[in-house]
Amino acid sequence: MHETHFGSPRNRVDGRLKVTGAAPYAGEFTAPDLAHGYVVSGAIAKGRIKSIDTKAALAVPGVVQVFTHENRPRTAFRSNAYQDEVAPPGKPFRALYDERIVYSGQPVALVVAEDFEIARYAASLVQVTYEAEPHETDLEKVRGKAYVPPVKRQGISPPPKPRGDSEAAFGNSPVKMEAGYRIAIEHHNPMEPHATTVVWEGDERITVHDKIQGAQNSQSYITSVFGLPNSDVRVISPFVGGAFGSGLRPQYQLFLAVMAALELKRSVRVVLTRDQMFTMGYRPDGLQEVALGANQDASLQSIRHDLIANTSTFEDYQEATVNWSAMLYHCDNVTTTHKLATTDLYTPADMRAPGAPTGLFAMESAMDELAYKLGVDPVALRLRNYADIDESTNKYHTSKELRAAYQLGAERFGWSKRNPKPRSMKEGRELIGWGMATGAWEAQMAQTSARATLTADGRLEVATASADIGTGTYTILTQIAADALGLPMERVTTKLGDSSLPKSPVEGGSWTAASAGSAVELACHKVWETLFKYARGMDGSPLANADIDRVTFHDERIALVSDPSRYVTLNDALKAGGVEKIEAEETAAPSKLTQMRYNSFTHSAIFAEVRVDEELGQVRVTRIVDAVAAGRIINPKTARSQIIGGVVFGIGMAMHEESMADHNLGRFMNHNLAEYHVPANADIHGIEVIFVEEHDTLTSPLGVKGLGEIGIVGTAAAIANAVFHATGKRIRELPITIDKVIGTPEAV
Amino acid sequence: MNRFSYARPGSVADAVREVGSSPAAKVLAGGTNLVDLMKYNVERPAHLVDVTRLPGLKEIEETGEGGLRIGALVSNSDVAYDPRVQERYPLLSSAILAGATAQLRNAATTGGNLLQRTRCYYFYDAATPCNKRAPGTGCPAKTGVNRIHAILGTSEHCIATHPSDMAVAMAALEAVIHASGPNGEREIPIAEFHRLPGDTPERDTNLGADEVVTAVTLPTPRFATNYTYLKLRDRLSYAFALVSVAAAFDMEGGTVREARIALGGVAHKPWRVPEAEAMLKGVVPERGAFAMVAERILQGAQGYGGNSFKIELARLAIIRALSQAAAGTPQSQTDKRIQ
Repeated sequence: MHETHFGSPRNRVDGRLKVTGAAPYAGEFTAPDLAHGYVVSGAIAKGRIKSIDTKAALAVPGVVQVFTHENRPRTAFRSNAYQDEVAPPGKPFRALYDERIVYSGQPVALVVAEDFEIARYAASLVQVTYEAEPHETDLEKVRGKAYVPPVKRQGISPPPKPRGDSEAAFGNSPVKMEAGYRIAIEHHNPMEPHATTVVWEGDERITVHDKIQGAQNSQSYITSVFGLPNSDVRVISPFVGGAFGSGLRPQYQLFLAVMAALELKRSVRVVLTRDQMFTMGYRPDGLQEVALGANQDASLQSIRHDLIANTSTFEDYQEATVNWSAMLYHCDNVTTTHKLATTDLYTPADMRAPGAPTGLFAMESAMDELAYKLGVDPVALRLRNYADIDESTNKYHTSKELRAAYQLGAERFGWSKRNPKPRSMKEGRELIGWGMATGAWEAQMAQTSARATLTADGRLEVATASADIGTGTYTILTQIAADALGLPMERVTTKLGDSSLPKSPVEGGSWTAASAGSAVELACHKVWETLFKYARGMDGSPLANADIDRVTFHDERIALVSDPSRYVTLNDALKAGGVEKIEAEETAAPSKLTQMRYNSFTHSAIFAEVRVDEELGQVRVTRIVDAVAAGRIINPKTARSQIIGGVVFGIGMAMHEESMADHNLGRFMNHNLAEYHVPANADIHGIEVIFVEEHDTLTSPLGVKGLGEIGIVGTAAAIANAVFHATGKRIRELPITIDKVIGTPEAV
Repeated sequence: MNRFSYARPGSVADAVREVGSSPAAKVLAGGTNLVDLMKYNVERPAHLVDVTRLPGLKEIEETGEGGLRIGALVSNSDVAYDPRVQERYPLLSSAILAGATAQLRNAATTGGNLLQRTRCYYFYDAATPCNKRAPGTGCPAKTGVNRIHAILGTSEHCIATHPSDMAVAMAALEAVIHASGPNGEREIPIAEFHRLPGDTPERDTNLGADEVVTAVTLPTPRFATNYTYLKLRDRLSYAFALVSVAAAFDMEGGTVREARIALGGVAHKPWRVPEAEAMLKGVVPERGAFAMVAERILQGAQGYGGNSFKIELARLAIIRALSQAAAGTPQSQTDKRIQ
């Protein structure tokens, strides 16, 4: 038996293409006679465009057209035509729809020119005058107007129904912990900016290269908005340079590029600038209150977690934020609430593990605070209140090795050597702090189709419309397909990111490995069965009485395991079947019955070390151990990278990332990568990833649970808890910047 | 980005002529700041004078008094890693390495670093008012997002800072800037090179519009043993200083013969207070004295809300930097642990 690819570390199959620049991204596709669009961004947060003067821009030689709300082509009238696969309830933003300004940075014109430089220059000549109206972008100011969203967002669980009586139980609890927490608004800022290249194929047909996490989501958006048949719109986005959720929904550059191409009947590319990357979705602001009540024996008696998050004036964005507090621990009295308040900002968007790092920053900080009040070890507190079932929905877990994660993580980190007393560990001038937190994220499988095609040259192609946003999807699907037919990985080609491929949901929610992986495996098995059927049914087949489990496919031969001299060649088998290739398309779907009885989550126990120069407030995150229970691991190498990336994201959330709004102007101000800080190499030290063994037969046929998001969840809380342990200073508002750390610590 | 004409003069005299040919002319060297500003429509020069091919400005030479003359086009990396600079002016080397990234330091020049513009968010965003970018439009930073803004030497018109690390060390070292203009060469002590915003925040320096920086000279070295460059920022690399301190002592036995202290990230120019430095003359360096010096340096400091923490941060940073300099344990720019 050869080693399976599944479970073995494998290099990325697209690695060479990427590092040599040969992998084409949305803004790199080209076409003859390509025109370039440049977006003019609005300057005020709310009001209307009084006038828009495009004369000077149009006079620039090389300018083809300037589109504004005054001359835009007609598109679908009803706002629900603009909704996409993952849109929250409401009326989606429509670029250039009318003179209304609903957020600062809103696109107000698109200048299309023969080259990018001309378009950019002409864009600077577009004169817009506004009639401003009072705006509000500060969540604090509108918290009194918070409301429960009347329409739930599809696919997002609202807070579970309260259980027990959390208020009474809190009142009766001998130990109480109550505090408010807040994170900063973060923008995704993938390396690749949002971009769309529309190739005009003639005859109203277009091929669209869009930065999107699901080619079919862009396709259906385009057909719905522009009234085109599916057959006239093909979206091809084989590579996505990071997205983190910003590419789930079609962004406004897609609308603008398609609109311009259809109107001008020529190919058009629109690439957003880095500052325009701050004019779309973001991780929402949230005002959170957590109240925990416990007995002296450290058993939780009451949990309350309330959230007021911001949304736009036109959509009710929702993400699962407080739900985690209701499911993570055993407790009989739990209330969680999730309200929204509207701000004159764009609609928030899903950003890596949307909701979970926000909610668990609050909950896991509060658990740490409670541990100090109780005088128990933070890990012990969590084990003391370990939940064996999901009490928020009264369902079993498909698998939950969180207990092992706590133990393995603590062991590897050296947690037992921790002096629990804050400010007790020191080296040189630096205080050392050790903190930990729990992470959890949904393990989901979504209905996905895939096609497998085996050709006479012994090559296998597998395909699904899903995307690889840098996570390693190409690689793991290649591994799964190669295993299914016993082929070397070099013989397998995986195709993704094309709306013409078998149907797939957007690449998100950490579901792609389980979903696309299962579909690919099913399709490959179908191919294998067909191949075997042909080989066995051939006249005088040496495999006439063989069982499918007793044959292998190797070197283009279908051979008996027990006697490899008895075989049928691939060519002969295809001939016998009267075909040139074998193709199968299969759909994998989660079991409804399983979903009724079980919930499925990935879990993690994350441990952080910080070193703090207290006098000057400088915090260094010097060590992270993240123990992750996420079912079977397809590729330990890409999986480890996924978790490390998630942890770095979490370090950014804890220490650096903050979209700073000027509420007077209603505008984000630090809209570039020099001033919007993500961690630099100097901020990152050792990150150790442990995959806890976890057998899961229910989440997906592969036993896979997904890894794209769990790495960020809990990281910020673990770091904030470590900062408290180091300094005695509890920081409840992210990011943990110098100004929050300098100064006298609170009484411990 | 606007349209512009482009010239690549072959001599300093030609460059001076080109720069003087139009009030909308700008000198282009490394381009690490100007090109960004052009893309953002903050700078809209009609004429770009590319000085990168000018002969003789890429050398570091002996001045004859033990000092060095650094050509305006010497890259930040080449200055920082020059063995003579490292030996005689390690403060300068350290400050440069505390700034930007390796890639930027490779491209950025000595002259360009001095002339880089503020990183004020509003200055960078042409959709907002800014007295520095568009005089008379107002300063939203005063009541807006001002975490990175100045606490010293501000005016009602502008609270921007000068973002350079290099210039802070040069201020402490009392470098002299050499400029060529239509009337020939002139020398400008660095203390007089950058300006405070006053009611002309659009003017960053006292360099004439028709002048070109040709070199920076460093006087006879005296601060190669007791020095430090301590920079505090919102991430540990590739971030502008919230507060930085260049500190250096010329010691005689156990006492200070002369002290130099310059602050970055707190004002529209590297901030020096000679009276405060004089307080350390003849003194045995110790924390109590440092604290008094810090108070003196920060006299009159004013916060605007988001940056108010800088006053306390600067006080503590001055004390720590002076301690590092006195102990001869300069801050490492690779090991980010603060000494």
